[in-house]
Amino acid sequence: MSFRPTRAWALPLVLVGLLASCAQDGGTGVQSAKLAMIQGRGKLVCGVDGKLPGFSFVGPDGRYSGLDVDVCQAMAAAIFGDASKVEFRDLNSSERFAALASGEVDLLSRNTTMTLSRDAPGGNALSFAPTTFFDGQGMMVPAASGITTLKALAGKPICVESGTTTELNLADRMREIGVAYTPLKFQTGDQTYAAYLGGRCIAVTSDRSQLAAKRSSFPNPGAHTLLKDVMSKEPLTPATTNADPAWADAVRWTVNTLIQAEELGITKANITSKLAEAKANKNQADLRRFLGVEGDFGKQLGLPADFVVKIISAVGNYGEIFDRNVGPASKLKLDRGVNNQWTKGGLMYSPPFR
Amino acid sequence: MRKPQALLDRVDHPPWWRDRRVIPWLVQGVVGLLLLVLIAFLLGNLVHNLTARGMLLSWRWLGEPAGFDISESFLPFDAAQPYWRGLAAGLANTLRAVLSGLVGATLLGTLAGMASFSRNGLLRGLTRAYVEIIRNIPLLLQLIFWYFVVFLSLPNGTAALQIPGVVLAKSGLYLAGFSQGMHWSLPQLINGVWQAPWRLSVEFAALLSGLIIYSGAFIAEVVRGGIASVPKGQWEAATSLGMGWFPTLRHVVLPQALRVIVPGLNTQYISLAKNSSLAVAVGFSDLYSVAETTLNQTGRALEVYLLLLGAYLALDLVISVVMNGLNRLVQIRER
Repeated sequence: MSFRPTRAWALPLVLVGLLASCAQDGGTGVQSAKLAMIQGRGKLVCGVDGKLPGFSFVGPDGRYSGLDVDVCQAMAAAIFGDASKVEFRDLNSSERFAALASGEVDLLSRNTTMTLSRDAPGGNALSFAPTTFFDGQGMMVPAASGITTLKALAGKPICVESGTTTELNLADRMREIGVAYTPLKFQTGDQTYAAYLGGRCIAVTSDRSQLAAKRSSFPNPGAHTLLKDVMSKEPLTPATTNADPAWADAVRWTVNTLIQAEELGITKANITSKLAEAKANKNQADLRRFLGVEGDFGKQLGLPADFVVKIISAVGNYGEIFDRNVGPASKLKLDRGVNNQWTKGGLMYSPPFR
Repeated sequence: MRKPQALLDRVDHPPWWRDRRVIPWLVQGVVGLLLLVLIAFLLGNLVHNLTARGMLLSWRWLGEPAGFDISESFLPFDAAQPYWRGLAAGLANTLRAVLSGLVGATLLGTLAGMASFSRNGLLRGLTRAYVEIIRNIPLLLQLIFWYFVVFLSLPNGTAALQIPGVVLAKSGLYLAGFSQGMHWSLPQLINGVWQAPWRLSVEFAALLSGLIIYSGAFIAEVVRGGIASVPKGQWEAATSLGMGWFPTLRHVVLPQALRVIVPGLNTQYISLAKNSSLAVAVGFSDLYSVAETTLNQTGRALEVYLLLLGAYLALDLVISVVMNGLNRLVQIRER
């Protein structure tokens, strides 16, 4: 019989590892082996798409930018106080889970839809942070067509990538509203958008954010509009593995920090004055706890006490990240919609920092 | 003392393991048996592994609702109908493309093959250029060219290309014909959409153009080879009888050339049928395209591929059988 590292072997190894990490970190409260490893390495390794404008995209200057990228940078800022201490790895959709499970990347921030089978221990065994972008399947039409509803697409050809859930969602929705249409199916996204731009179909369907991202690279982006209808749920969410719950917590509360900061009106621009205000005014208990002036939230997560200040100084709050990458200030020009704060009728809601 | 007669007997009747009449049967038997054992082992292995993964061949999914739509089909189909209806619609589309392709490519190829013997130098040159350019460019590229560059740059609506009875627009090719009630009707523009008794989608038109022009080039070479195989004396004899170029070709040369052409055509027809599966590149819902969607939605990879293999094999065998029959007809009959 050959030697195999079975669970029986793994348990003592993990115990030894845990003991070692406790001994090494002493009283600082770090309990995550992953976090200790990242700190030892001096940089965070983050898995991204790398080819999707607005989410993760390499600009002409060779720098990554996008909403997914900013989440990675927020995490690096939380750990090191320096948003630049992050290395990006481009992953395609079939590589992403293997790269995360094997530890090649510490954090997957790659427009990945959270689903039951990806979360469950019997499935991909991922641990999802709060959703950073609530997406859904959408429909893009030329603005000049005057089409504003799915019903107006009756009898018209619609371009769709074949073999996707998009194709099924399209058939389901159109059947639901009783509209006959002609699906034109193509094997790749490039062919699909080429046929749409060639004018063969009156509409093209995919995730709304993808449509907006592709539109931003069209010759004349202003000539195309997205319909209001959302045909499916696609919550795009950063993920870690189930293997290290303490690391998953650190990621979870880093994302929550972005959302909470927007709710409290703390921005990259006013973080310094807010911090001064919190230090001066002992009655602002919520703000003082959030910014780490009092309490030990950072220590409980294994992060520096002022991790919130570092995150916001580096990347700003969620609203700023959204506006900069996919919102009105970007090429994608997406509405906040369901991605607005819960106080403004959206779904962005951070549990209390308490 | 050796007896010559006994020696002769031994030569006439060698032991069975050296008998030339036995050995071939023996070898074939052993090889055949080994092949059967190998196949049995592979099949057994497949069944064992599939059973272990709970994926043993099952065809029940064929009866479940497909949940996807098909852009165009002779057989009426919608998302609520079962998978097998979708695959049948895809097969009907493939057959439509293959049959029209066969007719078109044969006509084009024969004309081009004949033209390469024309006395008109320009025509000969054009034919050579056509054959050499088309058969040296991959079919996939040509299909994508026809679809994305040619057909998708056609105008739409009132600006569409029109000659009486025929309209060529981005949405399709519209032909005049007898509509319901046997009324002759021309293509009409109704609410900005062309309506006509006969309509070909541009996807189908692109696929058909690609197949006909590509296979036509190969068939032209087969026809040229066939004509070249007829001795020059036949041309000279016909000319001396006062026959012109075309009558000579039609009545003297082609009937003899057919004996060489038909077996070559068989190969080209079979390639055309197989090449039709490239339809997926131009968005035409042929059998392969529907099967791919089915595979993605059901996850029944083995079953879907078995169906695909069976369908294309059957299609090619039918073409082969028909062409072999034709071959027997054109061969010289011994009298």
